Amino acid sequence: MSTTGKPLAAVLVAGALAISLAGCASGTPGPAASGSASEVPKPSGTITVFAAASLKATFTKLASDFEAKNPGTKITLNFAGSSDLVTQITQGAPADVFASADTKNMTKLSDAKLIDGTASNFATNVLEIAVPPSNPASISSFSDLAKPGVKVVVCAPQVPCGAATDKVEQATGTTLTPVSEESSVTDVLGKVVSGEADAGLVYVTDVKTAGDKVKGIPFAESDKAVNTYPIATVGTSRNKDLAAAFVATVTGSEGKKVLNDAGFGTP
Amino acid sequence: MNRRSGSGYTGIPAWIYAIASAGALFVLLPLVAMVAKVNWPQFIPLITSESSLTALGLSLRTSAGSTALCIIFGVPLALVLARTPFPGQRLLRAFVLLPLVLPPVVGGIALLYTFGRQGLLGKNLELAGIQIAFSTTAVVLAQTFVALPFLVVSLEGALRTAGNKYEAVAATLGARPTTVLRRVTIPLVLPGLASGAVLSFARSLGEFGATLTFAGSLQGVTRTLPLEIYLQRETDADAAVALSLVLVAVAVAVVGLSYRRRHTGAAPEGAAK
Repeated sequence: MSTTGKPLAAVLVAGALAISLAGCASGTPGPAASGSASEVPKPSGTITVFAAASLKATFTKLASDFEAKNPGTKITLNFAGSSDLVTQITQGAPADVFASADTKNMTKLSDAKLIDGTASNFATNVLEIAVPPSNPASISSFSDLAKPGVKVVVCAPQVPCGAATDKVEQATGTTLTPVSEESSVTDVLGKVVSGEADAGLVYVTDVKTAGDKVKGIPFAESDKAVNTYPIATVGTSRNKDLAAAFVATVTGSEGKKVLNDAGFGTP
Repeated sequence: MNRRSGSGYTGIPAWIYAIASAGALFVLLPLVAMVAKVNWPQFIPLITSESSLTALGLSLRTSAGSTALCIIFGVPLALVLARTPFPGQRLLRAFVLLPLVLPPVVGGIALLYTFGRQGLLGKNLELAGIQIAFSTTAVVLAQTFVALPFLVVSLEGALRTAGNKYEAVAATLGARPTTVLRRVTIPLVLPGLASGAVLSFARSLGEFGATLTFAGSLQGVTRTLPLEIYLQRETDADAAVALSLVLVAVAVAVVGLSYRRRHTGAAPEGAAK
């Protein structure tokens, strides 16, 4: 009992220390970032781009091209599922540009008053059937996926690719009984690449990225569920000039070319 | 572990308390933050939705199954590691403990190439008409893979602490090895076995990465509570937080149970020395 005084004091000190440390971390203002926006709008400095996972290849290329054309700029990329990215941005993650794989998640961000102006649509994507190269279940159409014994893997309806799958099912009147509903399109592709599944529903661009590890089977009904990709400058950005310049590159002719090469459509 | 309450001297300088409480805060604060985020009026409806209850039930069933597998295979493993010296023993122990430090997703990939359709064993199982991929069995296998080391470590420690004096005596009195194991060794290390089993259960309950990679995610078949939380997070943050709290509560209960057992179980053992 006699020693309780000291530890208690120590606990209080530690608590105070923790609070002051926390204050320190969140309050770093970064004074150098905003000062140099003078007369010529020549972009410089650093921005962070939060982009949907399906944009990884294209945005990596666009960012490095952009850096090469604009010496003195640095673009940091962060790829994840669109809804994860929205959560991160609303929780204060330092993003300057947000590119979403669907309009729903962009709307979430604009509802939270976290984007500058309006978002612009820059790409579209449609679903395609991916099968292992040997096509063990002889899939040739969307209705083949509903055949008994076919192990088909799809996205869960909660994520954009799953919502698109639902739409196609409704449009075609085909009901799938998947063996798994994954949380991301990459997980679906993984199950097809490893040969666990006979078929999976992924985006056209995913089939293209996977190369010869999977075979893509396009189907006419895919146009019933076209996913639109919007991009916007994040409202809390500290370098809006550079952010706007990068958005212009993505929505401009250069971006279109890179995106079309990867299989994306033009909205 | 040891409750030495008699003397007031602890021998710990005051500044250690400061750092220790900062460390404790680091662990506790995120839990407090999560509890603060719970949508209490909706809490009960959120955790009793059909998909939540299905996921919880599946988690409890598969964790019980994998704990049973851990005991069946872990007890002999721990015995071999603790009692018999043989060449390559250190190496075997290192490999058995590997899942402790391996990222679960790596475990999932390894299991996929073992039990998957194109896998090492999976090809033969497929011929025999057994399909593991996308089944509840796959979930149990993934959980066993990550949870087995917990049981082996706890039990091996308990076996080494207990020593083999009693076993030697029993043997000189004419008991055969199996009788010694059943009547002497296992009762002696029961507290260690129990806490190892409880830890394995807790680890199985929280298993996510290996399951997602290896078993897939389908309601009622392979979508355990952690996978359900991961999916709910996409659309319904409130549901994800509520379910997370359920998982935390179960984990706290399980660990608390193990701690109490170890505490009450260790006392007579310590006194015997």
